[in-house]
Amino acid sequence: MNEEYDVIVLGTGLTECILSGIMSVNGKKVLHMDRNSYYGGESASITPLEDLYKRFNIPGSPPECMGRGRDWNVDLIPKFLMANGQLVKMLLFTEVTRYLDFKVIEGSFVYKGGKIYKVPSTEAEALTSSLMGMFEKRRFKKFLSYVANFDENDSKTLECVDPKKTTMRDVYKKFDLGQDVIDFTGHALALYRTDEYLDQPCLETINRIKLYSESLARYGKSPYLYPLYGLGELPQGFARLSAIYGGTYMLNKPIEELVMENGKIVGVKSEGEVARCKQLICDPSYVSDRVTKVGQVIRVICILSHPIKNTNDANSCQIIIPQNQVNRKSDIYVCMISYAHNVAAQGKYIAIVSTTVETNDPEREIKPVLELLEPIEQKFVSISDMYAPTDVGTDSQIFISRTYDPTTHFETTCNDIKDIYKRMMGSEFDFEEMKRKKSDIFGEDQ
Amino acid sequence: MALRELKVCLLGDTGVGKSSIVWRFVEDSFDPNINPTIGASFMTKTVPHQNELHKFLIWDTAGQERFRALAPMYYRGSTAAIIVYDITKEETFLTLKNWVKELRQHGPPNIVVAIAGNKCDLNDVREVLEKDAKDYADSINAVFVETSAKNAININELFIEISKRIPSANAGATSGKGFKLRRQSSEVERRCC
Repeated sequence: MNEEYDVIVLGTGLTECILSGIMSVNGKKVLHMDRNSYYGGESASITPLEDLYKRFNIPGSPPECMGRGRDWNVDLIPKFLMANGQLVKMLLFTEVTRYLDFKVIEGSFVYKGGKIYKVPSTEAEALTSSLMGMFEKRRFKKFLSYVANFDENDSKTLECVDPKKTTMRDVYKKFDLGQDVIDFTGHALALYRTDEYLDQPCLETINRIKLYSESLARYGKSPYLYPLYGLGELPQGFARLSAIYGGTYMLNKPIEELVMENGKIVGVKSEGEVARCKQLICDPSYVSDRVTKVGQVIRVICILSHPIKNTNDANSCQIIIPQNQVNRKSDIYVCMISYAHNVAAQGKYIAIVSTTVETNDPEREIKPVLELLEPIEQKFVSISDMYAPTDVGTDSQIFISRTYDPTTHFETTCNDIKDIYKRMMGSEFDFEEMKRKKSDIFGEDQ
Repeated sequence: MALRELKVCLLGDTGVGKSSIVWRFVEDSFDPNINPTIGASFMTKTVPHQNELHKFLIWDTAGQERFRALAPMYYRGSTAAIIVYDITKEETFLTLKNWVKELRQHGPPNIVVAIAGNKCDLNDVREVLEKDAKDYADSINAVFVETSAKNAININELFIEISKRIPSANAGATSGKGFKLRRQSSEVERRCC
């Protein structure tokens, strides 16, 4: 490792691995290290199950009814991929999708008045859904077709709405949508976690609804995808891409020191050796003095032996519990996957509840949601701090990723990647930059 | 004939000739200056076996074996693993056992294991006796051949032996398969309502 690199990457979380891949594909000499013995950092899937028990300090080993420990790959951070979202685009452009198999999440549900309702996935479903009354449905349908045709560069489609000025609240008013429909649209379709968006310009919200419907249109059922064997496969796939383009990988490497000269990074010291570099990418855990806490997330991993009630026995689903249904400021999410995704032993389900912490008793905040999941065989509770960089790297050339937030998909993670790319390279991120630069498949599939 | 896609992963120390073996098998060529593995995403070749076609999807290490940083994904879903050592370097044979251990830990339970003693064209500087390697391979129920990627010795035979060991279809049906992501093609419109 006593060498000179263009970029050193510390931590093998998804953000770091994607950036590492982009850098290698573009000819940079990359050294990628992790202090852990496994790939993925915070975005790892933990296997075997014994390791999850250890990690959460649960005494004893998993009971026999949990099956073989190696059949489990438990995500620490629950997320799904939007079928038409930016991460899927990155997987396709880099061809990392070659290493992965996906399944469509079977359904998306929303909590209202103590009950779970299916989020309509087709127009026909919308018209028969008991979520809305008949007149509401007509107005909602009109609103949806407006959104579908909305093009910010074509004034004819805007109908006097200024994408950058008109608030979403006013757009809802224009279509005379009631509170229930507004809640459902903002939280289950636009996937906002709070109501702050209502007074912001409408463009972002409309784009989010578009992303939802376009993702839904890809595979039906739901707009979400999930990789077999867990989300931890994603960083591994991008790490392989980086390695194919010359990136060097080392796990189990304690990082002793970031070597600075005149306020700029020049190397990293590990096990007494210094590897030199021009730029550094890392997750917040490697640079605690250059990040600030921006919030807390509670996540509860629940192992179940049954599908969640009122989800038509779905082997995977998402449930959104809008904030106003449980007197909160931010929504609570449940992401459920199961043995059908090779992440649990036969007949087992993993439901992960997550939300932003709002009080001193976060476990109590999510209690009504846990009740939807009962009986729960085993719970693993974590409350983790979220960090954002205070150093944007202009002088230090240290580029720090943000902690994974409680959103239910990877769009914010991709925005972070694009932002770091821009700061490092001085030019806007372009998906074309991720394309493989040479043919690297040999044999019959060339 | 039924086509079966079979993932094969390569293991073994850096420099023993893993890529050269595959290169010889897939392209029937040999490059003495082949780089420490970079640049091969994966390689494929189809060979007939009895009344089936076996399409081998061969994953190269991409150099991640150098510091023992192969990801679990690498082993995932492999039907067979080829562990390669260099007959002229005893230490590459001694580390073979670690690779077998690694495979037992991360690989699928019924994976077919093949051991290839490569560079058998360099008999006069041999450090590993063929019998010792054969005995070891037998003890773990692995396929064993000595190969030379350079002189094209036993390369096809290695894969033929692997084909023979692969259980016939339907034997190990795993839980539901997923699908590969593809670009949205504008021609193929989804059914309209």
